[in-house]
Amino acid sequence: MNRFFDIPSDLQHSWFGLIGLHLREALLPVLAGLVFALPLAQLCVRFRWLYPPVLWVTTVLYAIPSLAFFVVLIDYTGQTELTVMIPLGVYSLVVLVPAIVDGVRSVPQETLAAATAMGFGPVRRYVQVQLPIAVPAIIAGLRVATVSSISLVSVGMLIGNQGALGNLLNDAQIYHRPELAWNSVLTTAALAILADAVLVLARLLLTPWMPSGTRRTKTKDAQARPEPAVPALEDAAR
Amino acid sequence: MNVLNFVNAFFSDSAHWHGYDGIPTRLGEHVQYTLEALAIAAAIGLPIGLVTGHYGRGGNTLAMISTAGRALPSFGLLVLMFIWLGFGMTPVMIPLVVLAVPPILVTTYEAMRSVDPSPVDAARGMGMHEAKVLFQVELPVALPLILSGLRSAAIQIVSTATIAAYVSLGGLGRYIVDGLYQHNYEKVVGGATLVALMALATLGLFWAVARVAVSAGVRRSH
Repeated sequence: MNRFFDIPSDLQHSWFGLIGLHLREALLPVLAGLVFALPLAQLCVRFRWLYPPVLWVTTVLYAIPSLAFFVVLIDYTGQTELTVMIPLGVYSLVVLVPAIVDGVRSVPQETLAAATAMGFGPVRRYVQVQLPIAVPAIIAGLRVATVSSISLVSVGMLIGNQGALGNLLNDAQIYHRPELAWNSVLTTAALAILADAVLVLARLLLTPWMPSGTRRTKTKDAQARPEPAVPALEDAAR
Repeated sequence: MNVLNFVNAFFSDSAHWHGYDGIPTRLGEHVQYTLEALAIAAAIGLPIGLVTGHYGRGGNTLAMISTAGRALPSFGLLVLMFIWLGFGMTPVMIPLVVLAVPPILVTTYEAMRSVDPSPVDAARGMGMHEAKVLFQVELPVALPLILSGLRSAAIQIVSTATIAAYVSLGGLGRYIVDGLYQHNYEKVVGGATLVALMALATLGLFWAVARVAVSAGVRRSH
Protein backbone atom coordinates (compact mmCIF):
# COMPACT_ATOMS: atom_id res chain seq x y z
CA MET A 1 0.00 0.00 0.00
CA ASN A 2 2.92 2.32 0.68
CA ARG A 3 4.15 1.90 -2.87
CA PHE A 4 0.71 3.00 -4.00
CA PHE A 5 1.08 6.45 -2.45
CA ASP A 6 4.83 6.77 -2.93
CA ILE A 7 4.88 9.44 -5.61
CA PRO A 8 8.16 9.75 -7.59
CA SER A 9 9.99 12.98 -6.83
CA ASP A 10 10.09 14.15 -10.45
CA LEU A 11 6.45 15.17 -10.12
CA GLN A 12 7.43 17.61 -7.34
CA HIS A 13 4.17 17.03 -5.53
CA SER A 14 2.85 14.77 -2.84
CA TRP A 15 -0.30 12.76 -3.52
CA PHE A 16 -2.38 15.49 -1.92
CA GLY A 17 -0.45 18.11 -3.88
CA LEU A 18 -1.37 16.34 -7.11
CA ILE A 19 -5.00 16.20 -6.01
CA GLY A 20 -5.01 19.94 -5.32
CA LEU A 21 -3.39 20.65 -8.67
CA HIS A 22 -5.86 18.36 -10.43
CA LEU A 23 -8.87 20.03 -8.83
CA ARG A 24 -7.54 23.48 -9.71
CA GLU A 25 -6.94 22.52 -13.35
CA ALA A 26 -10.38 20.92 -13.60
CA LEU A 27 -12.64 23.21 -11.59
CA LEU A 28 -11.40 26.71 -12.55
CA PRO A 29 -12.35 26.08 -16.20
CA VAL A 30 -15.85 24.94 -15.18
CA LEU A 31 -16.23 28.12 -13.14
CA ALA A 32 -15.01 30.22 -16.07
CA GLY A 33 -17.38 28.31 -18.34
CA LEU A 34 -20.28 29.14 -16.04
CA VAL A 35 -19.32 32.84 -15.90
CA PHE A 36 -19.38 33.04 -19.71
CA ALA A 37 -22.35 30.70 -20.18
CA LEU A 38 -24.79 32.68 -18.01
CA PRO A 39 -24.85 35.87 -20.12
CA LEU A 40 -24.55 33.91 -23.38
CA ALA A 41 -27.52 31.72 -22.47
CA GLN A 42 -29.48 34.79 -21.45
CA LEU A 43 -28.82 36.32 -24.86
CA CYS A 44 -29.98 33.08 -26.50
CA VAL A 45 -33.20 33.15 -24.48
CA ARG A 46 -33.76 36.83 -25.30
CA PHE A 47 -33.01 36.58 -29.01
CA ARG A 48 -34.33 33.24 -30.20
CA TRP A 49 -32.63 33.43 -33.59
CA LEU A 50 -29.27 33.44 -31.82
CA TYR A 51 -29.65 29.97 -30.30
CA PRO A 52 -29.29 27.71 -33.39
CA PRO A 53 -26.04 29.33 -34.61
CA VAL A 54 -24.64 29.30 -31.06
CA LEU A 55 -25.50 25.59 -30.81
CA TRP A 56 -23.79 24.93 -34.11
CA VAL A 57 -20.60 26.73 -33.18
CA THR A 58 -20.43 25.03 -29.79
CA THR A 59 -21.06 21.60 -31.34
CA VAL A 60 -18.17 22.15 -33.72
CA LEU A 61 -15.89 23.30 -30.87
CA TYR A 62 -16.95 20.24 -28.93
CA ALA A 63 -15.99 17.96 -31.80
CA ILE A 64 -12.33 18.99 -31.49
CA PRO A 65 -10.60 16.26 -29.49
CA SER A 66 -9.02 17.49 -26.26
CA LEU A 67 -5.55 16.27 -27.19
CA ALA A 68 -5.61 18.18 -30.48
CA PHE A 69 -6.97 21.26 -28.70
CA PHE A 70 -4.13 21.14 -26.16
CA VAL A 71 -1.45 20.71 -28.78
CA VAL A 72 -2.75 23.49 -31.00
CA LEU A 73 -2.80 25.87 -28.03
CA ILE A 74 0.84 25.15 -27.12
CA ASP A 75 1.87 27.55 -29.86
CA TYR A 76 0.04 30.39 -28.09
CA THR A 77 0.15 29.61 -24.39
CA GLY A 78 3.17 27.30 -24.09
CA GLN A 79 3.32 24.11 -22.04
CA THR A 80 1.44 25.57 -19.10
CA GLU A 81 -1.63 24.81 -17.06
CA LEU A 82 -3.48 27.45 -19.06
CA THR A 83 -3.13 25.29 -22.18
CA VAL A 84 -5.04 22.53 -20.40
CA MET A 85 -7.56 24.86 -18.84
CA ILE A 86 -8.70 26.76 -21.94
CA PRO A 87 -10.14 23.70 -23.77
CA LEU A 88 -11.75 22.45 -20.56
CA GLY A 89 -13.36 25.87 -20.14
CA VAL A 90 -14.65 25.75 -23.71
CA TYR A 91 -16.10 22.24 -23.21
CA SER A 92 -17.79 23.39 -19.99
CA LEU A 93 -19.28 26.37 -21.80
CA VAL A 94 -20.61 24.05 -24.49
CA VAL A 95 -22.31 21.82 -21.92
CA LEU A 96 -23.65 24.68 -19.82
CA VAL A 97 -25.21 26.93 -22.47
CA PRO A 98 -27.94 24.46 -23.58
CA ALA A 99 -28.51 23.42 -19.96
CA ILE A 100 -29.08 27.02 -18.84
CA VAL A 101 -31.16 27.92 -21.89
CA ASP A 102 -33.42 24.91 -21.35
CA GLY A 103 -33.62 25.64 -17.64
CA VAL A 104 -34.51 29.31 -18.06
CA ARG A 105 -36.96 28.54 -20.86
CA SER A 106 -38.74 25.93 -18.75
CA VAL A 107 -39.94 28.63 -16.33
CA PRO A 108 -43.73 28.77 -16.83
CA GLN A 109 -45.13 31.86 -18.49
CA GLU A 110 -47.60 32.42 -15.63
CA THR A 111 -44.75 32.56 -13.10
CA LEU A 112 -43.04 35.24 -15.16
CA ALA A 113 -46.26 37.16 -15.53
CA ALA A 114 -46.83 36.98 -11.78
CA ALA A 115 -43.33 38.30 -11.10
CA THR A 116 -43.88 41.16 -13.54
CA ALA A 117 -47.23 41.94 -11.94
CA MET A 118 -45.51 42.10 -8.57
CA GLY A 119 -43.36 44.89 -9.97
CA PHE A 120 -40.16 42.94 -10.62
CA GLY A 121 -37.87 44.57 -13.18
CA PRO A 122 -36.21 42.38 -15.80
CA VAL A 123 -32.95 42.03 -13.82
CA ARG A 124 -34.63 41.23 -10.53
CA ARG A 125 -37.01 38.85 -12.26
CA TYR A 126 -34.05 37.05 -13.85
CA VAL A 127 -32.00 36.77 -10.66
CA GLN A 128 -34.80 36.05 -8.20
CA VAL A 129 -37.26 34.03 -10.29
CA GLN A 130 -35.77 32.56 -13.45
CA LEU A 131 -32.36 31.54 -12.14
CA PRO A 132 -33.60 29.75 -9.00
CA ILE A 133 -36.16 27.79 -11.02
CA ALA A 134 -33.44 26.91 -13.53
CA VAL A 135 -31.10 25.68 -10.77
CA PRO A 136 -31.82 21.94 -11.25
CA ALA A 137 -31.06 22.17 -14.98
CA ILE A 138 -27.95 24.29 -14.39
CA ILE A 139 -26.66 21.86 -11.78
CA ALA A 140 -27.34 18.92 -14.08
CA GLY A 141 -25.14 20.71 -16.62
CA LEU A 142 -22.48 21.49 -14.03
CA ARG A 143 -22.38 17.81 -13.01
CA VAL A 144 -21.64 16.69 -16.56
CA ALA A 145 -19.12 19.49 -17.12
CA THR A 146 -17.32 18.88 -13.81
CA VAL A 147 -17.06 15.12 -14.14
CA SER A 148 -15.77 15.27 -17.71
CA SER A 149 -13.40 18.12 -16.86
CA ILE A 150 -11.84 16.14 -14.01
CA SER A 151 -11.41 13.14 -16.25
CA LEU A 152 -9.94 15.15 -19.16
CA VAL A 153 -7.19 16.88 -17.14
CA SER A 154 -5.22 13.62 -17.33
CA VAL A 155 -4.73 14.05 -21.08
CA GLY A 156 -2.62 17.12 -20.21
CA MET A 157 0.12 14.62 -19.35
CA LEU A 158 0.87 14.39 -23.05
CA ILE A 159 1.81 18.04 -23.39
CA GLY A 160 4.75 18.07 -21.00
CA ASN A 161 3.45 16.77 -17.68
CA GLN A 162 0.58 19.21 -17.25
CA GLY A 163 -1.89 16.46 -16.37
CA ALA A 164 -1.74 16.60 -12.55
CA LEU A 165 -2.80 13.08 -11.50
CA GLY A 166 -2.43 12.06 -15.15
CA ASN A 167 1.33 12.56 -14.83
CA LEU A 168 1.37 9.41 -12.70
CA LEU A 169 0.51 7.49 -15.87
CA ASN A 170 3.77 8.60 -17.44
CA ASP A 171 5.77 7.69 -14.34
CA ALA A 172 4.03 4.32 -14.17
CA GLN A 173 5.53 3.54 -17.57
CA ILE A 174 8.95 5.09 -16.97
CA TYR A 175 9.54 3.35 -13.66
CA HIS A 176 7.54 0.19 -14.45
CA ARG A 177 5.26 0.77 -11.49
CA PRO A 178 1.72 -0.15 -12.58
CA GLU A 179 0.37 0.77 -9.13
CA LEU A 180 0.97 4.42 -10.03
CA ALA A 181 -1.40 4.06 -13.00
CA TRP A 182 -3.97 2.44 -10.72
CA ASN A 183 -3.50 5.33 -8.31
CA SER A 184 -4.04 7.86 -11.11
CA VAL A 185 -7.23 6.24 -12.43
CA LEU A 186 -8.78 5.47 -9.07
CA THR A 187 -7.99 8.85 -7.51
CA THR A 188 -9.31 10.71 -10.56
CA ALA A 189 -12.51 8.65 -10.55
CA ALA A 190 -12.95 9.20 -6.80
CA LEU A 191 -12.50 12.97 -7.23
CA ALA A 192 -15.08 13.03 -10.01
CA ILE A 193 -17.61 11.07 -7.96
CA LEU A 194 -17.03 13.29 -4.91
CA ALA A 195 -17.42 16.47 -6.96
CA ASP A 196 -20.61 15.04 -8.42
CA ALA A 197 -21.94 14.25 -4.94
CA VAL A 198 -21.14 17.80 -3.78
CA LEU A 199 -23.18 19.19 -6.69
CA VAL A 200 -26.12 16.91 -5.90
CA LEU A 201 -25.96 18.14 -2.31
CA ALA A 202 -25.84 21.74 -3.54
CA ARG A 203 -28.97 21.14 -5.57
CA LEU A 204 -30.78 19.74 -2.56
CA LEU A 205 -29.77 22.79 -0.52
CA LEU A 206 -30.58 25.31 -3.25
CA THR A 207 -33.97 23.87 -4.15
CA PRO A 208 -35.70 23.15 -0.83
CA TRP A 209 -39.07 23.20 -2.60
CA MET A 210 -38.29 20.13 -4.70
CA PRO A 211 -38.97 16.59 -3.46
CA SER A 212 -35.66 14.98 -2.51
CA GLY A 213 -36.45 11.80 -4.48
CA THR A 214 -34.73 12.13 -7.84
CA ARG A 215 -37.45 10.47 -9.92
CA ARG A 216 -40.00 13.04 -10.85
CA THR A 217 -43.59 11.92 -10.84
CA LYS A 218 -45.24 11.88 -14.21
CA THR A 219 -47.54 14.83 -14.40
CA LYS A 220 -49.45 15.85 -17.47
CA ASP A 221 -46.94 18.64 -17.97
CA ALA A 222 -43.93 16.36 -17.72
CA GLN A 223 -45.36 14.20 -20.48
CA ALA A 224 -45.78 17.14 -22.76
CA ARG A 225 -42.23 18.22 -22.13
CA PRO A 226 -39.98 15.22 -21.55
CA GLU A 227 -37.14 16.67 -19.45
CA PRO A 228 -35.59 19.08 -21.92
CA ALA A 229 -32.15 19.02 -20.37
CA VAL A 230 -31.55 15.31 -20.90
CA PRO A 231 -30.95 15.11 -24.65
CA ALA A 232 -29.05 18.38 -24.72
CA LEU A 233 -26.79 17.29 -21.89
CA GLU A 234 -26.17 13.83 -23.21
CA ASP A 235 -25.20 15.46 -26.46
CA ALA A 236 -22.55 17.47 -24.80
CA ALA A 237 -21.22 14.86 -22.43
CA ARG A 238 -17.98 13.36 -23.58
CA MET B 1 -4.90 32.86 -39.78
CA ASN B 2 -2.03 30.75 -38.59
CA VAL B 3 -4.05 27.59 -38.16
CA LEU B 4 -5.68 27.82 -41.59
CA ASN B 5 -2.23 27.95 -43.21
CA PHE B 6 -1.30 24.75 -41.43
CA VAL B 7 -4.53 23.09 -42.52
CA ASN B 8 -3.84 24.11 -46.09
CA ALA B 9 -0.24 22.90 -45.95
CA PHE B 10 -1.28 19.55 -44.51
CA PHE B 11 -3.96 18.79 -47.04
CA SER B 12 -2.01 19.99 -50.07
CA ASP B 13 1.01 17.80 -49.25
CA SER B 14 0.51 14.78 -51.50
CA ALA B 15 2.60 12.62 -49.15
CA HIS B 16 -0.33 12.71 -46.76
CA TRP B 17 -2.70 11.15 -49.23
CA HIS B 18 -1.40 7.65 -49.82
CA GLY B 19 0.62 4.84 -48.34
CA TYR B 20 0.87 3.42 -44.87
CA ASP B 21 0.51 6.79 -43.15
CA GLY B 22 -1.92 8.25 -45.69
CA ILE B 23 -5.21 9.89 -44.83
CA PRO B 24 -7.36 7.07 -46.32
CA THR B 25 -5.57 4.43 -44.20
CA ARG B 26 -5.78 6.45 -40.99
CA LEU B 27 -9.38 7.42 -41.63
CA GLY B 28 -10.26 3.77 -42.26
CA GLU B 29 -8.66 2.75 -38.97
CA HIS B 30 -10.47 5.51 -37.12
CA VAL B 31 -13.82 4.50 -38.61
CA GLN B 32 -13.10 0.88 -37.69
CA TYR B 33 -12.31 1.71 -34.04
CA THR B 34 -15.41 3.89 -33.82
CA LEU B 35 -17.76 1.30 -35.28
CA GLU B 36 -16.40 -1.52 -33.12
CA ALA B 37 -16.61 0.48 -29.91
CA LEU B 38 -20.07 1.80 -30.76
CA ALA B 39 -21.34 -1.68 -31.61
CA ILE B 40 -20.08 -3.13 -28.32
CA ALA B 41 -21.43 -0.18 -26.30
CA ALA B 42 -24.83 -0.40 -28.01
CA ALA B 43 -24.96 -4.16 -27.45
CA ILE B 44 -24.49 -3.48 -23.73
CA GLY B 45 -26.44 -0.25 -23.28
CA LEU B 46 -29.48 -0.63 -25.52
CA PRO B 47 -31.00 -3.87 -24.12
CA ILE B 48 -30.48 -2.80 -20.51
CA GLY B 49 -31.87 0.68 -21.19
CA LEU B 50 -34.87 -0.67 -23.10
CA VAL B 51 -35.84 -3.23 -20.46
CA THR B 52 -35.28 -1.01 -17.41
CA GLY B 53 -37.06 1.85 -19.16
CA HIS B 54 -39.97 -0.42 -20.09
CA TYR B 55 -40.49 -1.54 -16.51
CA GLY B 56 -39.50 1.85 -15.07
CA ARG B 57 -37.26 0.31 -12.45
CA GLY B 58 -33.63 0.77 -11.61
CA GLY B 59 -33.37 4.36 -12.82
CA ASN B 60 -31.33 5.43 -9.82
CA THR B 61 -29.00 2.44 -10.16
CA LEU B 62 -28.48 3.26 -13.82
CA ALA B 63 -27.74 6.90 -13.01
CA MET B 64 -25.18 5.77 -10.43
CA ILE B 65 -23.53 3.31 -12.80
CA SER B 66 -23.33 5.90 -15.54
CA THR B 67 -21.83 8.52 -13.21
CA ALA B 68 -19.24 5.97 -12.16
CA GLY B 69 -18.54 5.13 -15.80
CA ARG B 70 -18.20 8.78 -16.68
CA ALA B 71 -15.93 9.41 -13.72
CA LEU B 72 -13.32 6.93 -14.98
CA PRO B 73 -10.78 8.95 -16.98
CA SER B 74 -10.61 7.50 -20.52
CA PHE B 75 -6.98 8.38 -21.01
CA GLY B 76 -5.93 6.97 -17.64
CA LEU B 77 -7.89 3.81 -18.33
CA LEU B 78 -6.19 3.46 -21.71
CA VAL B 79 -2.69 3.69 -20.22
CA LEU B 80 -3.62 1.40 -17.36
CA MET B 81 -5.04 -1.24 -19.68
CA PHE B 82 -2.00 -0.88 -21.92
CA ILE B 83 0.34 -1.51 -18.98
CA TRP B 84 -1.82 -4.38 -17.83
CA LEU B 85 -2.73 -6.13 -21.09
CA GLY B 86 0.01 -4.95 -23.44
CA PHE B 87 -0.33 -3.90 -27.06
CA GLY B 88 -3.58 -4.70 -28.84
CA MET B 89 -7.13 -3.66 -29.56
CA THR B 90 -8.58 -4.61 -26.16
CA PRO B 91 -6.81 -1.85 -24.16
CA VAL B 92 -8.26 0.68 -26.63
CA MET B 93 -11.76 -0.77 -26.76
CA ILE B 94 -12.23 -0.89 -22.98
CA PRO B 95 -11.98 2.88 -22.33
CA LEU B 96 -14.01 3.68 -25.46
CA VAL B 97 -16.82 1.34 -24.41
CA VAL B 98 -16.75 2.62 -20.83
CA LEU B 99 -17.07 6.11 -22.28
CA ALA B 100 -19.93 5.28 -24.64
CA VAL B 101 -22.17 3.09 -22.51
CA PRO B 102 -23.40 5.80 -20.05
CA PRO B 103 -24.95 8.15 -22.64
CA ILE B 104 -26.59 5.22 -24.47
CA LEU B 105 -27.87 3.65 -21.27
CA VAL B 106 -29.21 6.81 -19.64
CA THR B 107 -30.76 8.28 -22.78
CA THR B 108 -32.44 5.00 -23.71
CA TYR B 109 -33.88 4.70 -20.22
CA GLU B 110 -35.09 8.33 -20.25
CA ALA B 111 -36.48 7.91 -23.76
CA MET B 112 -38.54 4.88 -22.73
CA ARG B 113 -39.73 6.69 -19.61
CA SER B 114 -40.84 9.71 -21.58
CA VAL B 115 -43.19 7.70 -23.82
CA ASP B 116 -46.80 8.77 -23.30
CA PRO B 117 -48.37 6.02 -21.14
CA SER B 118 -51.85 6.16 -22.71
CA PRO B 119 -50.99 4.46 -26.06
CA VAL B 120 -48.97 1.93 -24.07
CA ASP B 121 -51.98 1.16 -21.91
CA ALA B 122 -54.16 1.00 -24.99
CA ALA B 123 -51.79 -1.51 -26.55
CA ARG B 124 -51.93 -3.63 -23.40
CA GLY B 125 -55.72 -3.32 -23.40
CA MET B 126 -55.75 -4.67 -26.95
CA GLY B 127 -54.00 -7.74 -25.59
CA MET B 128 -50.51 -7.06 -26.90
CA HIS B 129 -47.60 -8.99 -25.45
CA GLU B 130 -45.13 -7.06 -23.27
CA ALA B 131 -42.45 -7.68 -25.89
CA LYS B 132 -44.75 -6.43 -28.62
CA VAL B 133 -45.66 -3.37 -26.57
CA LEU B 134 -41.96 -2.64 -26.13
CA PHE B 135 -40.92 -3.07 -29.76
CA GLN B 136 -44.01 -1.89 -31.63
CA VAL B 137 -45.35 0.89 -29.43
CA GLU B 138 -42.69 2.26 -27.12
CA LEU B 139 -39.60 1.85 -29.27
CA PRO B 140 -40.85 3.82 -32.31
CA VAL B 141 -41.91 6.71 -30.07
CA ALA B 142 -38.69 6.65 -28.07
CA LEU B 143 -36.51 6.30 -31.17
CA PRO B 144 -35.56 9.98 -31.69
CA LEU B 145 -34.19 10.26 -28.14
CA ILE B 146 -32.50 6.86 -28.32
CA LEU B 147 -30.79 7.94 -31.54
CA SER B 148 -29.60 11.14 -29.88
CA GLY B 149 -28.00 9.03 -27.14
CA LEU B 150 -26.26 6.86 -29.72
CA ARG B 151 -25.19 9.99 -31.57
CA SER B 152 -23.51 11.58 -28.57
CA ALA B 153 -21.83 8.26 -27.77
CA ALA B 154 -20.56 8.06 -31.34
CA ILE B 155 -19.20 11.61 -31.28
CA GLN B 156 -17.43 11.00 -28.01
CA ILE B 157 -15.89 7.83 -29.39
CA VAL B 158 -14.74 9.63 -32.55
CA SER B 159 -12.95 12.35 -30.63
CA THR B 160 -11.57 10.05 -27.92
CA ALA B 161 -10.34 7.35 -30.33
CA THR B 162 -7.48 9.77 -31.07
CA ILE B 163 -5.76 8.64 -27.88
CA ALA B 164 -5.38 5.12 -29.34
CA ALA B 165 -2.33 6.54 -31.09
CA TYR B 166 -0.65 7.05 -27.75
CA VAL B 167 -0.40 3.27 -27.31
CA SER B 168 1.02 2.99 -30.83
CA LEU B 169 -2.17 2.05 -32.64
CA GLY B 170 -3.40 3.85 -35.77
CA GLY B 171 -6.32 6.13 -36.45
CA LEU B 172 -6.36 9.87 -37.00
CA GLY B 173 -4.74 10.44 -33.59
CA ARG B 174 -1.52 9.15 -35.18
CA TYR B 175 -1.06 12.55 -36.86
CA ILE B 176 -1.63 14.40 -33.60
CA VAL B 177 0.66 12.25 -31.45
CA ASP B 178 3.39 11.95 -34.12
CA GLY B 179 3.15 15.66 -34.86
CA LEU B 180 3.54 16.41 -31.17
CA TYR B 181 6.75 14.38 -30.88
CA GLN B 182 8.16 15.56 -34.21
CA HIS B 183 7.25 19.20 -33.48
CA ASN B 184 5.41 19.08 -36.77
CA TYR B 185 2.61 21.52 -36.22
CA GLU B 186 1.08 21.03 -39.63
CA LYS B 187 0.44 17.36 -38.89
CA VAL B 188 -1.19 18.12 -35.52
CA VAL B 189 -3.57 20.70 -36.96
CA GLY B 190 -4.31 18.49 -39.97
CA GLY B 191 -5.14 15.52 -37.72
CA ALA B 192 -7.31 17.66 -35.46
CA THR B 193 -9.18 19.02 -38.48
CA LEU B 194 -9.81 15.50 -39.78
CA VAL B 195 -11.19 14.34 -36.41
CA ALA B 196 -13.43 17.39 -36.15
CA LEU B 197 -14.69 16.80 -39.70
CA MET B 198 -15.38 13.16 -38.90
CA ALA B 199 -17.36 14.18 -35.82
CA LEU B 200 -19.41 16.55 -37.94
CA ALA B 201 -19.95 13.82 -40.53
CA THR B 202 -21.20 11.59 -37.70
CA LEU B 203 -23.69 14.30 -36.73
CA GLY B 204 -24.89 14.45 -40.33
CA LEU B 205 -25.14 10.67 -40.59
CA PHE B 206 -27.30 10.45 -37.49
CA TRP B 207 -29.49 13.26 -38.77
CA ALA B 208 -30.02 11.26 -41.97
CA VAL B 209 -30.71 8.03 -40.06
CA ALA B 210 -33.27 9.84 -37.94
CA ARG B 211 -34.98 11.17 -41.09
CA VAL B 212 -35.30 7.64 -42.47
CA ALA B 213 -35.92 5.59 -39.33
CA VAL B 214 -38.26 7.79 -37.30
CA SER B 215 -41.86 7.44 -38.42
CA ALA B 216 -43.50 10.56 -39.80
CA GLY B 217 -46.11 10.72 -37.05
CA VAL B 218 -43.52 10.73 -34.29
CA ARG B 219 -41.38 13.27 -36.12
CA ARG B 220 -44.23 15.72 -36.41
CA SER B 221 -44.84 15.79 -32.69
CA HIS B 222 -41.16 16.54 -31.92
